[in-house]
Amino acid sequence: METTLVQNLPEVTAAGVIIKAIIILAVIAAIAGFGTYIERKILAFMQRRYGPLHVGPFGLLQLAADGIKLFTKEDIVPQNANALIFKVAPSITAATAFIALSAVPVFPDFTIPEWVPLLGGVFVPAIAADLNIGILFVLGMMAAGLYGPLLAGMAQANKWGIIGAARTAIQFLSYEVVTGLSILAPIMLVGSLSFVDFNNAQAGGISHWLIWQQPVAFVLFLIAGFAETNRTPFDLLEHEAEVVSGYATEYSGMRWGMFFIGEYANMITVSIIAAVVFLGGYSEVGIGWLTIILKVGFFFFLMLWVRASWPHIRPDQLMWLCWKVLMPIAVINVVITGIVMMV
Amino acid sequence: MSLEQFKNRNVGTQNYKMLDLGQSPTEGMDKFYQVAKRTFKGELFVGLWITMREMVNALFKDNMHTVKYPFEKMPISPRYRAIHDMLRLLESGHYRCIGCGLCEKICISNCITMDTRYDENQRKEVSEYTINFGRCIFCGYCAEVCPELAIVHGTRYETASEQRASFSLFEDMLTPIDKLNLQQEYDGFGAVSPNADENIKKTPLAY
Repeated sequence: METTLVQNLPEVTAAGVIIKAIIILAVIAAIAGFGTYIERKILAFMQRRYGPLHVGPFGLLQLAADGIKLFTKEDIVPQNANALIFKVAPSITAATAFIALSAVPVFPDFTIPEWVPLLGGVFVPAIAADLNIGILFVLGMMAAGLYGPLLAGMAQANKWGIIGAARTAIQFLSYEVVTGLSILAPIMLVGSLSFVDFNNAQAGGISHWLIWQQPVAFVLFLIAGFAETNRTPFDLLEHEAEVVSGYATEYSGMRWGMFFIGEYANMITVSIIAAVVFLGGYSEVGIGWLTIILKVGFFFFLMLWVRASWPHIRPDQLMWLCWKVLMPIAVINVVITGIVMMV
Repeated sequence: MSLEQFKNRNVGTQNYKMLDLGQSPTEGMDKFYQVAKRTFKGELFVGLWITMREMVNALFKDNMHTVKYPFEKMPISPRYRAIHDMLRLLESGHYRCIGCGLCEKICISNCITMDTRYDENQRKEVSEYTINFGRCIFCGYCAEVCPELAIVHGTRYETASEQRASFSLFEDMLTPIDKLNLQQEYDGFGAVSPNADENIKKTPLAY
């Protein structure tokens, strides 16, 4: 296996990892906020509207206005709710979303210049925790993130919340098997669970991307990823037209905002996984950081595009789709991949 | 064409045209073929293409639907019944109102109050004329009944104000004497909108 990465990277220190974690928290949280602006703009354009327009240039400061609103809203814990679980649930969603990002290559590595006091010369890695089971860890963390909606829906003593929680369980039971099985075939091809190995395996240019060898797995993973992030064809948990706001019905202010940040961080995570596993990641020499941003941006745009285009499906249809259609296809894909590898 | 024909809701005997939807498959293999056909038909991508087309239309072909309201305003219909205007005679500049009191009489929400007296030439003069816009329902009867086309509906539809009494005095509604040349006649209730021709082509006439 050819590798283009420089092998003699500096040693990763605790300070570097902490700096990386702070960078991820700050930048991704900001991007998640920016994502709401992008989403509103793109959806508006696709419906021939303008979107946010008047607060700041091109409506950019709408973000600040929304932030002020979220932070200053009254934090209500409803009567009869289980207060402890009600308060903890949003942080589960937000925390697991960011924990998942710790094992994902987010930004290129760099070394802090020597003239910076205290931190000079510290090497900041591309991945905060370069686990050799990175993909398993990320998928597991994102799956654990669904405890947020589940507990929130059940703790708030609201019938719409209960329905949202039940739908969370249905969704969780449906897509998780497809996520694992669809990404199993690329894992077999690469022979590793580390994102860095995936990146290096596709280093030979566009023709080496795994999407050409595993198009079925790519489509399956995208479908499962949409379900994992509660995006529109599968946004059963909080579909406004049916269950008011589902698991988030009783939430207001920053607690609701944490659900939101978690959802957008998950969108970014799924986009990064899809880009690294199937579309060659950041392997292009020199402009890798730019291409990974373009790839992630494409997947993010795809999610908004799909939201503007497609209606969403019923919970039973999701279960039917995942268990009766996608799972057999994924299994067949894995078997065929295995046979091809053996022959 | 009698009305009974349209009140008949019995589908079986009416002359409906039934769409040919084919038959739903019952066998397992046929069901599978249907799912496969629908899956690979590409209709989802048609949906994606349509939203992308609309976005390109909106962004690059200047086809936005939005009217930036306080900055841009749509033309209103000539039949629109907004805050009343009191018109003047074009020749003399004197107000048209002859104080006949018909508008006060016909007003169904009793919001017009007027008082008249004889001036030195023994002509009727409007000494007081107010419309209580808290009560006015903008039915338009006053404008319809006015024999002199003196009270009409104007085009001021932005009626938020700090005072309840705003717009409601005779002087507020009267055309300013220096803008007499800009005074516009009210086309009235039968008036057609300027783009009536375009609209009438789109009216479904099948009934």
